[in-house]
Amino acid sequence: MKNVIFAGVGGQGVILASKILMEVAMNAGYDVKESEVHGMAQRGGSVDCNVRYGEKVHSPLIPRAGADYIVSLELLETMRKMEYLAPEGTLIVNREKVDPAPVQTGAMQYPADIEEWVKEHVPGSVFLDTAGALKEAGSKKALNIVMLGVLSNYLEFTEEQWAAGIRSLVKEKFVDMNIKAFTLGRGLKA
Amino acid sequence: MEKKVLLGNEAIARGAYEAGCHVATAYPGTPSTEILETIARDYRNIKAQWSPNEKVALEVAAGASVAGARSMAAMKHVGLNVAADPLFTFSYTGVNGALVIINADDPQAWSSQNEQDNRWLARAAKLPMIEPSDPQECKAFTKLAFDLSEEYDRPVIVRITTRIAHSQGIVEIQDRKEVPVKPFVRNPQKYVMLPVHARPRHVFIEQQLLKLKEYSETSGINRIEWGNKKRGIITDSVAYQYVKETCPDDSVLKIGMVWPMPDAMIREFAAGVESLYVVEELDPFIEDYVKALGFPCTGKEIIPLCFELTPDIVDQALNGRGHASPYPKYESNPIPPRPPALCKGCPHSFVFNVLKKLDLNINGDIGCYTLGALPPYSAMHSQGCMGASIGMHLGFEKAHGPEMARKSVAVIGDSTFVHSGITPLIDLVYNRGTGTVLILDNRGTAMTGHQDHPATGVTLMGEQTHELDIAALARAVGVKRVVTADPAKVEEFERIVREEVAAEEPSVIVSLRKCILKK
Ligand code: SF4
Repeated sequence: MKNVIFAGVGGQGVILASKILMEVAMNAGYDVKESEVHGMAQRGGSVDCNVRYGEKVHSPLIPRAGADYIVSLELLETMRKMEYLAPEGTLIVNREKVDPAPVQTGAMQYPADIEEWVKEHVPGSVFLDTAGALKEAGSKKALNIVMLGVLSNYLEFTEEQWAAGIRSLVKEKFVDMNIKAFTLGRGLKA
Repeated sequence: MEKKVLLGNEAIARGAYEAGCHVATAYPGTPSTEILETIARDYRNIKAQWSPNEKVALEVAAGASVAGARSMAAMKHVGLNVAADPLFTFSYTGVNGALVIINADDPQAWSSQNEQDNRWLARAAKLPMIEPSDPQECKAFTKLAFDLSEEYDRPVIVRITTRIAHSQGIVEIQDRKEVPVKPFVRNPQKYVMLPVHARPRHVFIEQQLLKLKEYSETSGINRIEWGNKKRGIITDSVAYQYVKETCPDDSVLKIGMVWPMPDAMIREFAAGVESLYVVEELDPFIEDYVKALGFPCTGKEIIPLCFELTPDIVDQALNGRGHASPYPKYESNPIPPRPPALCKGCPHSFVFNVLKKLDLNINGDIGCYTLGALPPYSAMHSQGCMGASIGMHLGFEKAHGPEMARKSVAVIGDSTFVHSGITPLIDLVYNRGTGTVLILDNRGTAMTGHQDHPATGVTLMGEQTHELDIAALARAVGVKRVVTADPAKVEEFERIVREEVAAEEPSVIVSLRKCILKK
């Protein structure tokens, strides 16, 4: 079984990224389950989705120390999910920062040493600058798809399978842009 | 067969569609909201509507059922409290076309004011309750509920939890079964609950419960999955999935119909295993029942009574496995939280700045604006349930006299006011209160995703309709001082609040400004 956590903040499109992965895994013949957060999410809170696929999936939640991949669309959110990373698991992190309210008000500081700490303790994790890819794709909204493209390098599915997944879940007029964003993400070097 | 990845709530909507549902009603409430939104979006041959509150939603669905249509009402757990009055008596009348109630509990109170366990309500109302454990079962059980309802002449409750509602999984898609709307047949003995009619109906529903118990035993909705007989676990809802994942070799009794319970099956299971466990979220509903049947078992000694379960909690409790992270803890800096907060530029933020400045006692209500209780505003001092702000505000005045009303306000949103704020406003006038009520009209039910309601003038299906005039309504119930003001005009708004709170008669301020996220 493969376990993937997508983490981010409200509005970054974490749920759509999970849906595409689920669609691709289902079409490849796997059982799939996922768990997500609604409600408060649209008020700028932390959002995460657990996606699991394999022969047979029971729990929609990933156990602690059970995630093979944590794909974090925001730097700080990585740390909130750390306890879920499996031994030998991989962190895929967008370097972008979105200041939480206590940082905005000056009550707390955005930790400056996250990347350094992760690189020391979680070998093999990757940090990415996505701004260039987003510019080329033509939409900042495609961050979720760019990150999905990065993740795709680690999973078994082909580019055609991913493209089919995107096509079935994204509005028609955005398909080309999203496939481009996906391809850019797939080619992105840490 | 076609397969689709669906959210639990989308699967319920699909189930209703396939079952030939004709009428679906709801008031939005996390975690149940997406059920009706999905129906309105994807299954437009079902007549779907937002009702002003859950009681009305259930009554409309019950009316449709009595008139012969297959009907459904969906609500969150506390919504079923609001609808408890019709629930308990429609249990007596029963149905004509099917009546299905979707009840969404919220263990962990992710988006709610409490964690109540509504399995008790099924038992108390003497209604069958079935519990899906994943999206595929959400669809299948919802469909089944329609058939059971007509076969046994019972409203049927489908209970889900947040984790079931907001999980996705693979669902097999089937066609809709077109069922004609039955004719309405007048039958006062069944549909008019005079005492003389209610008494025989009580006898009838006890008989139906016995028949349903038979169904619970034999239909396969509850099932024993024999494994190693050293340990047997009785479980329901999403807890079943955690048990299957963490204890794959144990014997399991999966409860799919939690009321009425399958006694003979429980006896067989208990007799067949060396030690008996019950794994369930929230209250010891199944555990108490099993113990009352005479079988000692381990449950709440090791499974927490409060909050949501997780596979980690179940694994720790049953197998002593802790799943510790192999990585050190990041401790060099505190991780700043992202507490839920009002959006930047939210209309409510202007209101709370003023109320905070005036240092008033604030009786609050349920919506985005409940976040006014948190810093930086810290401007709410009571809040309990939908509509409570106004009645409590009057209670404050009754406790301390009119001076208290000069230092206090009630704050309630537009949707919440329509839901449950009108009758307490009538009470405030009727019982000679003098307090001020702020109705924060942001033109929608923002908290659950900006749904329309009677005062927005648009229905769930997107039709234009009469737009309830909140200010005129306040006047009609006898409030003479009614002002409408824009809270973003801060100075003027502050002046109005001061004036209205000082006035020694009831007053309503409609604070009118659209939610910045509402399209
Ligand atoms: S959704 Fe609308 S009402 Fe709710 S906090 Fe944001 S701006 Fe305010």
